[in-house]
Amino acid sequence: MSSASTSSMPLASTGASLCRTLSVQRLKEGLIRTGLFACAGVSILTTFGIVAVLFSNAVYDLSPASTSVNGQVQHNAAFFQQVSIREFVTETRWTPQFSEKHFGILPLVCGTLLVSGIAALIGIPIGLCSAIYLSEYSSPRIRAIIKPVLEVLAGIPTVVYGYFALVFVTPYVLRPFFHDLLGFDVSLFNAASAGIVVGVMIIPMISSLSEDVLRSVPRSLREAAYALGSTRFDVSTRVVVPAALSGIIASFLLAIARAMGETMAVTIAAGQMANVTANPFHSVATMTSYIVNVSLGDTEIGSIEEKSIYAVGLTLFLITLSMNIVSQFVLRRFREVYQ
Amino acid sequence: MSDLEVEYAGLLRQRHRIARCFEWCCLIATSSALLFLAVLLAGVIWQAWGWLDLQFLTGFDSRRPSSAGLLAGIWGTFWLILFTTIFTVPVGVGAAIYLEEYSREDWFTRLIKLNLANLAGVPSIVYGMLGVTAFVRMFGMISAADGVTMVISLGFGTLEIPLPLGRCLLAGSFTLSLLILPVVIIASQEALRAVPPSIRHASYALGATDWQTIRHQVLPAAVPGIATGIILALSRAMGETAPLIMIGALTYLAFAPGSLNSPMDAIEDPQRVLDAPFDMFTSMPIQIFNWVGQPKADFQHVAAAGILVLLILLVAFNATAIVIRNRAQKRISW
Amino acid sequence: MNSSPDTMTRTAIDQLEGYSMNAGRSDSAATRGHHVSAVVPAVRPVVTATSSSRLEQTVKFQTKSLDFFYGDNQVLFNVSLDVPEKSVTALIGPSGCGKSTFLRTLNRMNDIIEGTRHTGDVLLEGTDVYAPQIDVVLLRKRVGMVFQKSTPFPKSIFDNVAYGPRVAGLKNRLRLAGIVEESLKRAALWDEVKDRLNKSAMALSGGQQQRLCIARTLATNPDVILMDEPASALDPASTARVEDLIFELKQNYTIVIVTHNMQQAARVSQQTAFFFQGELVETGDTRRLFTNPTQKQTEDYITGRFG
Ligand SMILES: Nc1ncnc2c1ncn2[C@@H]1O[C@H](COP(=O)(O)OP(=O)(O)O)[C@@H](O)[C@H]1O
Ligand SMILES: [Mg+2]
Repeated sequence: MSSASTSSMPLASTGASLCRTLSVQRLKEGLIRTGLFACAGVSILTTFGIVAVLFSNAVYDLSPASTSVNGQVQHNAAFFQQVSIREFVTETRWTPQFSEKHFGILPLVCGTLLVSGIAALIGIPIGLCSAIYLSEYSSPRIRAIIKPVLEVLAGIPTVVYGYFALVFVTPYVLRPFFHDLLGFDVSLFNAASAGIVVGVMIIPMISSLSEDVLRSVPRSLREAAYALGSTRFDVSTRVVVPAALSGIIASFLLAIARAMGETMAVTIAAGQMANVTANPFHSVATMTSYIVNVSLGDTEIGSIEEKSIYAVGLTLFLITLSMNIVSQFVLRRFREVYQ
Repeated sequence: MSDLEVEYAGLLRQRHRIARCFEWCCLIATSSALLFLAVLLAGVIWQAWGWLDLQFLTGFDSRRPSSAGLLAGIWGTFWLILFTTIFTVPVGVGAAIYLEEYSREDWFTRLIKLNLANLAGVPSIVYGMLGVTAFVRMFGMISAADGVTMVISLGFGTLEIPLPLGRCLLAGSFTLSLLILPVVIIASQEALRAVPPSIRHASYALGATDWQTIRHQVLPAAVPGIATGIILALSRAMGETAPLIMIGALTYLAFAPGSLNSPMDAIEDPQRVLDAPFDMFTSMPIQIFNWVGQPKADFQHVAAAGILVLLILLVAFNATAIVIRNRAQKRISW
Repeated sequence: MNSSPDTMTRTAIDQLEGYSMNAGRSDSAATRGHHVSAVVPAVRPVVTATSSSRLEQTVKFQTKSLDFFYGDNQVLFNVSLDVPEKSVTALIGPSGCGKSTFLRTLNRMNDIIEGTRHTGDVLLEGTDVYAPQIDVVLLRKRVGMVFQKSTPFPKSIFDNVAYGPRVAGLKNRLRLAGIVEESLKRAALWDEVKDRLNKSAMALSGGQQQRLCIARTLATNPDVILMDEPASALDPASTARVEDLIFELKQNYTIVIVTHNMQQAARVSQQTAFFFQGELVETGDTRRLFTNPTQKQTEDYITGRFG
């Protein structure tokens, strides 16, 4: 090595130009970086905005103390500043639009549960079975055809599903079968038709999420099961599905949360009768359809009726958020197990 | 050979039968979803047959089913999607670039990622509530009663921006933008992640700065993926109804935003273009929703015709996305 | 229709689990001929050309000019090998030479890979296992397999071992418990796990997991066990235990083992087959093959000149 000779040579004066200098270039880089950071911050702001709006209108009013409408000084008060949480939770009537007002969320929650329950009854078995079919049975070619078609199902606007429920499912499926044949009283607007189409709507979600989960079960487990003398049914139901169970359940949770937040199909097909019922052929109001129906009418801004949609919205938000968080947590844990 | 073996062998036929039944069940389940799709499409086409004509596409809504048209909705959707694209693309892609190219794996990035996943699961109607408060009423900071109008004079007309925005088209676009932003960010992140690191390293090795590398090397490579994600997100925005109803889109409207009824109007009277974003609006799915709820039976046909138009547009959007994706796959092969 | 030494071990299990108490013998006798004949071929004593030391030995498995293809890629060329009963046959050769592929043709595990095909015959006790009337589920139950990477199901230890009998249709808990205990004992794992049968199998150590997989295979009551580098992912102590186990098992089972490790082949096997680039280069008595290989390639390989 020629260390001696290098040290004897004079140092080239490149050192200075490598130093950080405040140039236009650097300034531009910094600005761009800040701008991009701000873009990323928009999503945080959105969350913050959602929480603030729901909180401010439902729980505790944060807006400037008073506003003048028609010259009057009006004090804003959030929903729960006017209605006790106790009434909200325990009352069984929901009649903010009537003169005798009751604010019990139960009928709306009940309607939401009824519709999403029916949706789950339709969507979960079909979604899981098609996930199993796609991951365990179908050839890559068939899979390449079926998957995009299922995605089309997911891309259809929800008003279209509502239309289909009202114009086809109720008159051509529910009425002939349950009314004419079995003698049930099927109203024009009913929870069943809405639940059925919402169930179809969540099939693609369940099947694609569950398929991902099933596929991440290592091939070696399947081979081990086959080597023990399993049929494909044994492999699917006794090894693959149990191994993927937590992930599958997480996908169900996500889909049910989606069904609960589904709005237009339910508004169109399920009607707007806020009552506590388990009869799928009755008209029900869900949390989402109530919000839409209030928005469609002329409600005075600041009235308790207008505020009530935020209380309902907050309830919906909290329910779906917690389901989402739980399922994401479960999915992350599941992925860690199988890398 | 033991008894047990014989017993097993006896059960074997039954096991195979169960296995075959199960396969059939799965196949039937899968096809039932596809069958539903087919029935839905066939039903819509059947109902719309004879109702989807030129008059329907060029006329405004009416109380009479036979003369009801989709024009206000078509223009409304056009403007909504246009502005949604303008807002979403820079912010969404910018956020994705920050998350993929700049940020380190610190608590803030983790927070944003967690947040994105959760935002994607928030019901769209909740976005509507945010939109009403944040854009329509601007948090009540300027009350509607003594609202102000910002007037900006441009050469060919004046831009009149009401504050608060009120129930105008722009408020709808802002809301839709927030709604699809998580989807756009996540899709763009995936597209950026698919660009091999070697491209970045090569650029850095030539002395390029971060931004130069991204602008000239990474982004061009990721454009097809990003475009696909954006188009799919926009097609979702196109079908959204509930948040727009919350914003105050009108279910019955007999004019297009800015009274701009044909592209020619824009050239003849540019002021109308400037008015459009701040005008009242409706959209295709909202008109459909309105027709579905009409008591007159013939409106079901009108609704079906509207659905058909909407579905055709969505198919066109998705086909574009697929074409972009396929062409990119052919062109780029690393 | 059953090989006689087999009966001995089965009877042992029978007594342990009290099968003979079980009614329905006459049923069984009736069904026996009907369902099983296609799968359990008659034993034909064949004089094996390879083992000169043992005069006459029953051939369990036999392949005749076996070619095997993944799509268009041929990986086995004209492989003819006899596997004698109740002994250990080791398959050695450099990696990628087709040992695993060969092993997997024996219990038709390659069927589940798309686009594979073969020509030539694979005979189990004289019957072609690829014949159309063969039930592959029963075949795999009779020809168990242990993989390189231990593959416990994410279930309890008990459920892992009970898996095979359960899918085969056994529901009786007492009998299941008997089979699980017996299998774990044979796999020399019973003492280590008997107090935590209901704990997850994933919590076991690597060596224990591998022995669990062996126990799981034994529980389906196979005659043949195929092992694909069963000890290559294990530490030396666990490897020694698995080797001991293989040595024990050969008294009752026919074992075919793929190994990378020539010492291991020498230690556990009676017959060794050397594969090279998809061809069976040489096969013979293990001691003879290692001390006095007839082929140049074999010699190069075992002296470490390549591979
Ligand atoms: N699933 C597969 N698909 C295609 N080729 C394969 C597959 N498995 C193995 N091969 C090929 O077959 C050859 C033999 O592989 P293998 O039997 O695993 O060898 P060994 O077990 O001796 O290392 C290799 O060239 C390998 O690339
Ligand atoms: Mg191998």
